[in-house]
Amino acid sequence: MRKMLSYMQAKHWRLFALSIALMFLQVFLDLKLPDYMSGITEKVQTGTATTRTLLRDGGFMLLCALGTTATAIAGNFCSSKMSASFSQNLRSRIFHKVQTFSKEEIDRFSTASLITRSTNDVVQIQNFVSRGLRMIVRAPLLVGLALYKMSMRYWQWTAATAVTVVMVAVVIVILIRFAHPRFRRMQKLTDEVNRSMRENMTGMRVIRAYNAERYQMDNFETANTNLMENEQKARNILRLMPSTNQFATNALTVVIYCIGAYLIASSGSYALGLAVFTDMVVFSTYASKMLMGISSLEMVFNMLPRAATSAERINEILETEPAIVSGTETEGMKKEDGTPDQGTVEFRHVSFRYPEASENALSDISFTAHAGETIGIIGSTASGKTSLVSLIPRLYEASEGEVLVDGVNVREYDCEALRSRLSYVTQSAVLFTGTVRSNVSYGRKTAGAGVKHGNRIPGAGNDPLEPADEDRLWSAVDISQAREFVEKMEGKLEAPVMRGGSNVSGGQKQRLSIARGVYREPEIFIFDDAFSALDYKTDRALREALRKNAGTATSIIVASRIATIRDADRILVLDEGRIVGEGTHEELLLGCRVYQEIAYTQLTEEELKIG
Amino acid sequence: MAKESYQLGQVTMRSSGGPRGRVLEKPHDFKEAWRQILHYAKPYRVRIIAVLILAVGAVLFSLFGPNQLKNITNMIVEGLNGASMDLTKILRISIAAVALYLLSSAMMYFQNYLTTITATRINHDLRRDISQKINHIPLSRLDQSSFGDLLSRVTNDIDTIGESLSHSAVQMIRGLVTFLFASAAMLLTNVPLALVALASSMLGFLFMKIIITKSQKYFVLRQRYLGEMNGHIEEMYAGHTIVKSYNGEQDSLKRFEELNEKLYVNNYMSQFLSGMMMPFMEFVGNLGYLMVCVVGAIMTANHLISFGTIIAFIIYVKIFTQPLGMVSQAVTALQSAAAAAERVFAFLGEKEMEDETDKMQDFRAEKGEVVFDHVHFGYTEGRTIIRDFCFTAKPGMKVAIVGPTGAGKTTMVNLLMRFYELHSGEIRIDGTNITDMSRANVRKLFAMVLQDTWLFEGSIRDNIAYGSQNVTDEEIHEACRRVGLHRYIRSLKDGYDTVINDAFSLSAGQRQLMTIARAMVSKKPLLILDEATSSVDTRTEQLVQDAMEELTRGRTSFTIAHRLSTIRNADVILVMKDGDIVEQGTHSELLRQNGFYAELWNSQFLNAVSI
Repeated sequence: MRKMLSYMQAKHWRLFALSIALMFLQVFLDLKLPDYMSGITEKVQTGTATTRTLLRDGGFMLLCALGTTATAIAGNFCSSKMSASFSQNLRSRIFHKVQTFSKEEIDRFSTASLITRSTNDVVQIQNFVSRGLRMIVRAPLLVGLALYKMSMRYWQWTAATAVTVVMVAVVIVILIRFAHPRFRRMQKLTDEVNRSMRENMTGMRVIRAYNAERYQMDNFETANTNLMENEQKARNILRLMPSTNQFATNALTVVIYCIGAYLIASSGSYALGLAVFTDMVVFSTYASKMLMGISSLEMVFNMLPRAATSAERINEILETEPAIVSGTETEGMKKEDGTPDQGTVEFRHVSFRYPEASENALSDISFTAHAGETIGIIGSTASGKTSLVSLIPRLYEASEGEVLVDGVNVREYDCEALRSRLSYVTQSAVLFTGTVRSNVSYGRKTAGAGVKHGNRIPGAGNDPLEPADEDRLWSAVDISQAREFVEKMEGKLEAPVMRGGSNVSGGQKQRLSIARGVYREPEIFIFDDAFSALDYKTDRALREALRKNAGTATSIIVASRIATIRDADRILVLDEGRIVGEGTHEELLLGCRVYQEIAYTQLTEEELKIG
Repeated sequence: MAKESYQLGQVTMRSSGGPRGRVLEKPHDFKEAWRQILHYAKPYRVRIIAVLILAVGAVLFSLFGPNQLKNITNMIVEGLNGASMDLTKILRISIAAVALYLLSSAMMYFQNYLTTITATRINHDLRRDISQKINHIPLSRLDQSSFGDLLSRVTNDIDTIGESLSHSAVQMIRGLVTFLFASAAMLLTNVPLALVALASSMLGFLFMKIIITKSQKYFVLRQRYLGEMNGHIEEMYAGHTIVKSYNGEQDSLKRFEELNEKLYVNNYMSQFLSGMMMPFMEFVGNLGYLMVCVVGAIMTANHLISFGTIIAFIIYVKIFTQPLGMVSQAVTALQSAAAAAERVFAFLGEKEMEDETDKMQDFRAEKGEVVFDHVHFGYTEGRTIIRDFCFTAKPGMKVAIVGPTGAGKTTMVNLLMRFYELHSGEIRIDGTNITDMSRANVRKLFAMVLQDTWLFEGSIRDNIAYGSQNVTDEEIHEACRRVGLHRYIRSLKDGYDTVINDAFSLSAGQRQLMTIARAMVSKKPLLILDEATSSVDTRTEQLVQDAMEELTRGRTSFTIAHRLSTIRNADVILVMKDGDIVEQGTHSELLRQNGFYAELWNSQFLNAVSI
């Protein structure tokens, strides 16, 4: 929580200070009211009170009351503005931070958790800052001012009040100590209930197929009951607070009157007794106001456990240093003849290990993809295919060795310049809310990254890729075999794409995501098993169109089907993170055992003989 | 947490904000929602009655307090005016007052305690019922709803209900009781002064109502932007790889900041307006205080009342104005709870699958013949996708279902397993219509391996033995041996007891193998493989194929396949296109027909032939 406050900016502190100053004024005016009452009491008791003088006093009291309200509203305005601005700022910080994360950090937090942290957790903090912070300041202020005013009367009262305040404070501290860990546990148990529920929903078909509803129900019930019992304990501890407070307030009033009676009895004279009496009436008002201030802390303590947990969760994000830091290089190397090197990818003895994994996902990978070549990568599940290609756009960092694009180590590139050279098409297609157009023309390219073919001069500024060029858009849609269904959609290129592409089918999504890669006209294409969601026919037509249109672009194609990569210039065969074969389809059929095994399961004998 | 708007039942769902976002969502029917909540409270009515009695008791006792103070004050005033003060009597009254207060506070605590227990119980019951409900809703319904939304009902909405039950409902009751009794006590003590206090409080109450109405707009807007913001964040985090690879960060940030700014404005306006409540409440309190002081003093000066009455009234006003704030706050909370309840009950009120206790529960398929007899089916009313399909799978037959993406292959599984019901026609297993058996019975006949490899959080052993009774360890080991997982599992520290969760997960291929092993141990007469081998790598596939081969022996199997090897071995291939079964026959028969299947088949190998 303390760390959270360090994210407050000068303007927030200014607003906060202003709201505190207003609060000061408010509390002062609020405590002024009983003073008038003391005057009234005296007048009434001495019999000097006339309706006129009493009404005048009443007028002053009304002014005070109005002033209190006005300052409170102004203070509330400041603090609302402050907390809203602070939460805006906090959200922004988190979002910016997450944008700098590499896949490694995203995986570690999990997307779902990052989302709750950026939204719900911020709301918790905001609630706390807007209400809690003020109360934390207000309570001691009220206590201090009231004590100051009271100290001018009789010490017996002050002492009684002080004792009560200390007692209440001690009780609060003890209760918090007991409640806090239980609230933390509650958060965990809530996660558990969510997890169990989610499991039931995602596994619906399997659960029903295995008639396992009972089993799942029991699991959920355990988590559910745990949550309930823990919540009962946690809440009931905090529930002691208002009762304690109420009792303390009431009892203190009685005690003050009691003490007052003794003081009056021992005062001896009428005048002195009267003074004590008026003081007593006022004093009890002070005391109850003071305890009311303390009881408003109760709300703070209700919010605190949740807010503190949220603060911790947000801090975890903000304090994470992204593993990947952008370099500065924007240009690739020049070739010997002085023309820029465009479209080469080289791996030099690259090894890669996922964070906290015990074994390498990739070991000693070396190969070069020259400009214009098509490289196929094949291998069994978990053989490291995806890990290998995700090192090229530097989504992960190689643990050992070097990955070079256009002759420059990817670590030295400015990330944007590096990625401007590439089109990375993932296995699971991702589409964003918008239109077909906004999805296909998605992204930016920096001027430094050359464009490969014909119609554009390398190095010429085309940053950003807007306005989207109509012909290029259609040609990208064409190549990715998406024209047929795009033309059928209402509005064609302007047809809306719903969140996550939920209004198009899986195959269509994949084709649009390929179109996005094509539209970019990169130096290097990376297809990470991007064709597997397509049926054979579309897969083939698409690759054909790509070959015709991609010009001199380099293609790196990860595939699980041999048919997808059999006509590649070179095929890398991966097994357990190592390259176990490299060559053309025919060469590998003859010489690579792993490749042969794959081929046997996919091709008929007849086809195998062709090689 | 997908938060899409969608239609469920008759209520349009709006995305909900944070768990404690203090959303002012207007319920459609406040009374109906609360009637349903109260229905859930029914089993706890004894406790609730106890809560009510305790609340009344606590309030009553706290109201006796001021009365005692009045007596003390009057005694002091008498003493002041010359009569001798009976200090022991004052002490006695004081002790009585403190005792009454203690009793009142104790009752308040027990009332709170019982409320917490009851509210969390009701929460628990609601969660349990939702979880149970999921098992009784047809898949056709579930497939259309978003999991995120459902999850948010289990947590956020139920949380809101619980919060409002345990806090606001009590506040409401307490507030009303206090309000009534305090008014009565005041009226009994002094009618004119009571009217003064009541009138000034009512004035304040009116103010508050105006503010609540005014602020509504900003709350609605705030919720809307919060929803949009959540949507954007979710999309950007989920598509992080694409955002990075295509340098889309700047666009994403721009959109984010736009939303963030809008959210900020509505945030502080709504907070400011709702924050005015408190100052106004204080103003009402102060107004009552000063009116009582002034009017009371005038009356005392004119010898209409004793000074003790003023003291009592000062305290009454304090007691009296507190519940007004409570009630007004509670009303807003009760409103949002009603809105949340509507969402929860809309789900709980969903139509369930028909009860099947009178159907066949223990039908055993001895032969395994499956007959499709004039089957008609469509996912949406009026859009039939399977028309008049007739087909007989003879015992032991291997049936493969092929077709391009989106051709409706999984539909066949949905129908066979009775996840969906036919429009007309029959499916018979060994001569018995599957609608004459209970769903559980139908599913008992099938072993199933699905495309989405669903594992739950639990040990490897439990995952494999899932849903089957009396599975021995030896059978589990054997199944794992056959899919090639045994050695790997043995190499884990905890072997078969290793728990699969977030911290320890398997690769996609391994998960697939696990579900295959699960199907193996379940010993069912019929088998469904839904693209089961598509995410198993090609090498492992050979292993799986062999095991499957063994598994399918003597069983009637339906395989939805992308792999050629599966297709070639099939006894019958059903070729699907746009939901229709366009061709059926063996591999060679279909090739000879030279139709759609032949086209599909050849497209895969055109490349090979052209080399």
